[in-house]
Amino acid sequence: MEQMKVLLRNQGKPDMEDAKAYIATGGYDGLKRALEMDGAEIIEELKKSGLRGRGGAGFPTWLKLKFAFDTESAEKYIVCNADEGEPGTNKDRVLMSCDPHSLLEGMVIAGRAIGAHVGYIYLRAEYPQVRPILQRAIDSAYTCHALGKHIFGSDFEFDISIRSGAGAYVCGEETALFESIEGKRGEPRYKPPFPGVHGLFGKPTALNNVETLANISHIFRNGAIWFAGIGTKGSTGTKLFTVAGNVAHRGVYEFPMGINLKALIYENCGGIADGKGLLAVQTGGSSGPFIRPDQIDIPLDIDFVAASGGRLGCGTVFVIDDSNCILDIVRNTQDFFAYESCGQCTPCREGTIRVAQIVDKICRGDGSMVDVRALQELIDMLRVAPLCGLGHSSAVPIASVLQNFMPEVEKHLDGDACVWCNTQKGGRS
Amino acid sequence: MNQVNYSITTPQAQLVRVAEIAAAWHGRPDKLMDVILEVQHIVPALAEDVAAVIAREMGISQNDVYSFVTFYSLLPVRPSGRHTIRACSNAPCHVRGSKAVMQGIEDFLKIRPGETTEDGMFTYTLCSCLGICDSSPAIMIDDKPYGNLNYESVQMLLKRYIREDVDAWNR
Amino acid sequence: MAMVHATINGISVAVEAGTTILEAAKKIHVNIPTLCYHEDLAVKAVCRICVVEIAGMKLMQTACSYPVSEGMVIYTDSPKVLKARKTILELILAHHQQNCLSCAKNGSCELQNLAAELNMSHALHFDPETTNFPIDDSSPSIVRDPNKCIQCRRCLEVCNTIQTVGVLSVEGRGHDSKICPPYGKQMVDTACVNCGQCLQVCPVGAITLHDNEDRYMAAREAGKTMVVQIAPSVRTTIAEALGEEVGTVSTGRLVSALKILGFQYVLDTDFSADLTIMEEGTELLQRIQNGGTLPMITSCCPGWVKFCETFYSHETEHLSTAKSPQQMFGAIIKTYFAQKLKLEPGNIFSVSIMPCTAKKFECARPEMHASGYRDVDLALTVLELARMIRATGINFAELPETPFDQPFGTGSGAGEIFAATGGVMEAALRTVYEIVTGKTLEKLEFTAVRGVEGVKETSVDLGGTVVKVAVAHGLGNARKIMDAVARGKSEYHFIEIMACPGGCIGGGGNPTRSWQKVRQRTAAVYEQEKELPIRKSHENPAIKEIYHEFLPGPCSRKSERLLHTHYINRQDIL
Repeated sequence: MEQMKVLLRNQGKPDMEDAKAYIATGGYDGLKRALEMDGAEIIEELKKSGLRGRGGAGFPTWLKLKFAFDTESAEKYIVCNADEGEPGTNKDRVLMSCDPHSLLEGMVIAGRAIGAHVGYIYLRAEYPQVRPILQRAIDSAYTCHALGKHIFGSDFEFDISIRSGAGAYVCGEETALFESIEGKRGEPRYKPPFPGVHGLFGKPTALNNVETLANISHIFRNGAIWFAGIGTKGSTGTKLFTVAGNVAHRGVYEFPMGINLKALIYENCGGIADGKGLLAVQTGGSSGPFIRPDQIDIPLDIDFVAASGGRLGCGTVFVIDDSNCILDIVRNTQDFFAYESCGQCTPCREGTIRVAQIVDKICRGDGSMVDVRALQELIDMLRVAPLCGLGHSSAVPIASVLQNFMPEVEKHLDGDACVWCNTQKGGRS
Repeated sequence: MNQVNYSITTPQAQLVRVAEIAAAWHGRPDKLMDVILEVQHIVPALAEDVAAVIAREMGISQNDVYSFVTFYSLLPVRPSGRHTIRACSNAPCHVRGSKAVMQGIEDFLKIRPGETTEDGMFTYTLCSCLGICDSSPAIMIDDKPYGNLNYESVQMLLKRYIREDVDAWNR
Repeated sequence: MAMVHATINGISVAVEAGTTILEAAKKIHVNIPTLCYHEDLAVKAVCRICVVEIAGMKLMQTACSYPVSEGMVIYTDSPKVLKARKTILELILAHHQQNCLSCAKNGSCELQNLAAELNMSHALHFDPETTNFPIDDSSPSIVRDPNKCIQCRRCLEVCNTIQTVGVLSVEGRGHDSKICPPYGKQMVDTACVNCGQCLQVCPVGAITLHDNEDRYMAAREAGKTMVVQIAPSVRTTIAEALGEEVGTVSTGRLVSALKILGFQYVLDTDFSADLTIMEEGTELLQRIQNGGTLPMITSCCPGWVKFCETFYSHETEHLSTAKSPQQMFGAIIKTYFAQKLKLEPGNIFSVSIMPCTAKKFECARPEMHASGYRDVDLALTVLELARMIRATGINFAELPETPFDQPFGTGSGAGEIFAATGGVMEAALRTVYEIVTGKTLEKLEFTAVRGVEGVKETSVDLGGTVVKVAVAHGLGNARKIMDAVARGKSEYHFIEIMACPGGCIGGGGNPTRSWQKVRQRTAAVYEQEKELPIRKSHENPAIKEIYHEFLPGPCSRKSERLLHTHYINRQDIL
């Protein structure tokens, strides 16, 4: 299948941080169109487009903006979540590097929609090379009146500044991200109140992923109907997929929503590297489930993946070849969650470490069905009880392994040590 | 967690610069991250005296600075070496052989994660995904990402750092 | 307010919009267990013990934080909920030291109660994994045992937000995170003002009182002359600490108990409170007349004094030089009292029973040696006294009433109300007014300075001179006043500041507080004060006697030497 480059249309073009170069490709036309509309009209246009969040949850973007739009406040904020921490994901880095103005344009339009005049880009510290690109783009946007007072001669003003993270996965959670911007520990807040009412600095805030905001610029340039015509009924537009792990050609690909996962791996990414077989695929980042090779013939569409027990999430496809052991991989993933738990709420602070310990015990061959039952108890609790999304999804990987790879798990139980697992242990814990 | 030894004294001249940076944001606690990221390049560590100066100048309390700093994995409260090596320990690097890369670093520098070489040249830590998954296994040395490494090539890379000849590699 | 309707476990309930599930459940007598939740503190929703199921929602929600909305169907008792709660509790217990029998909180531990409530009658499913951090008992007032901490974060709010002292941080992240002072500091090396409000809210044994019962035992064994003074508020909280109703005043029984505990002389701090009023009131009038530093601020509260020395180190000249009642009494006991009763001052072991953990710090201050000895040897709190009474097997409820020993067993109502916020101010106004105007007050109650409002103010006409006064309690409220003082913008003449919210009656050495209890205790204080025969400090015959026999007069040179003190600059702690 051919890639469809909308978000990545400017990939490879020189000087894309220069607003003039961006304008020459038709950039900021969408913003100019949006400036002639009022907030309600912009939100209506987004509703028609069917755009849903690209960060993980797939929440309708228009609705998110509407919450902030409906809350009366002199101060509102647009926040861009560029804290791309999901292991195996780098689509936002690629997008921000090759077309930063599409993000800025999307933010200004979103600001126009809800009546916000300030936007923040929360950029993870692990992307030091992206910050100067974004900063140059912002400076250049000011020069070309795409930011600042009287944007393109209108009475609308909007400012964007960059805020940095410093190495905390949980800051990808929206309220944790707000706390971090406010100069505090990145610990999620309990909800409600929701960000649309009480967000950054206590003001109504709409937070969106980089890819979502960039999509807004394309929707306004080409129209909602054009956008809605791409992809599937429930998941419109194109999607960036980061394919990582043991495939021949790793990288970021752009396809209409609904592309077949198997085709993506075998046709576009050249199949499994080094002629090995496929062991498992994890979709949606570390918090997504592991599925078996016989489960990968599915369209990558938000609702379809969800219905089949998976998660499209941020569009990460992590491919694992059969030289690995799934228990070893899930051990690594659960270690990650234990390490990245903020520690604020009990289930996650105490639960994630227990899951990691028990999985390690099973890997070492010391586990038994008692441990599997303890895992199940933890999984059931972690799904529903923690304070934020990190906790809720922290047990998804091991839950999926118990569901889809139980024979593998059983092989490790009762003293049957796995040679591979024992050679692979190391690292953090 | 081990007991941390915090008894580091930051040179006065550095504290004066820290104070200048922090004083510009008195009453703006939201600027703490920016202040700390800037200060980090000046002082050997975000030690107690540094936190005290930041707190005083920004009008916040020292315990808030400490809570903040210890939350984020990239902000050190102990002195780091001249270069900080961060090796990604997450699954996408793991399946491409990050263990060999880590072994290469440990064998070459004779230190374990969280430690600093005796000559103070390198601090080595593990970290979560660096977003360089298209060329995993990956590491980052200071602000520079390096991918597609293995046991041998990571040692070659470190040798270049020791020879201060790393620019050629980056080209 | 609009009403919303919901059902909880099938029972309908109508509540105001915005009511949390926890509050709504209380209305229909459905008990939802909690742990991090505290009625006086902000909702934290971190322990997740109070999770409930809401129909139509995939996730469980915490009852303490989630508001009821129209048509909501809530289950607090479904098997799913009960299982999740139990798993969470097991996780906490598996990471918590299991040495309950030798824990200071044994019997009053919220975690212990919760485990009983949730029927933890089986072995844990998870391997116990406890930490072995050193216990920090460097503070004279509190002991921190990080190994018992369950990270409910109540102490963080109290120390950092309410008291604004800012000693505690959250160190690290995730499973390794820990509540402790920054940079591995010991409590004694921090700005901690010893108010003890953190131990009041700690649900477990992670922050407890620094118990000094052993020092009392040692002195008693050594055959010392045991003298004890009882702070005004203690008579209102000791019965509560021993399980009686909140606000039970038990002065006479308390004296009897102390006699059984081996104290030869049981004296009343109400007396030295009156003495404080004489000295402090005179100092105030002198400052007003002679153009001294104004506003003058009370110095009875050692928590507040240390706070001022640390955070407002350039404003200590505003503090009255008068010592606190405890320290005045200490100086008098080892001088005048010893002379009068022909006791060897060096053999006196002078103990105070206080509602306050900071008094332990105050009596150990090096400058508190006016008598030539350490003026107060030991400050014990209500909590310690209650334990001593219990351990001695005293049946407190059935004790007869015994009067205080004389000569210093007589206090006025003015001294008595030192217990509550605004009390020192009211006592001072009663005396200052009558001394300045020469007239008798018609109404003794200055109600404007009573009550739980954080900052209270009023003005009093002293025969032409209008004196503006303010009262603050809780150090966060003190800051509001002090920032104006520091800028030179304060219009007040006289300010009373108490570190603990509610004043001494809400102090850190009392039985576990809540605002509701503090209100009840305060009401009891004012109620019994009304009945006292003497209600003004300057009318206390013991006061008249001491100024006749021993002291030339308030703020005389002898007073200055024995009853006044000086302050130090502690800003380097920050």
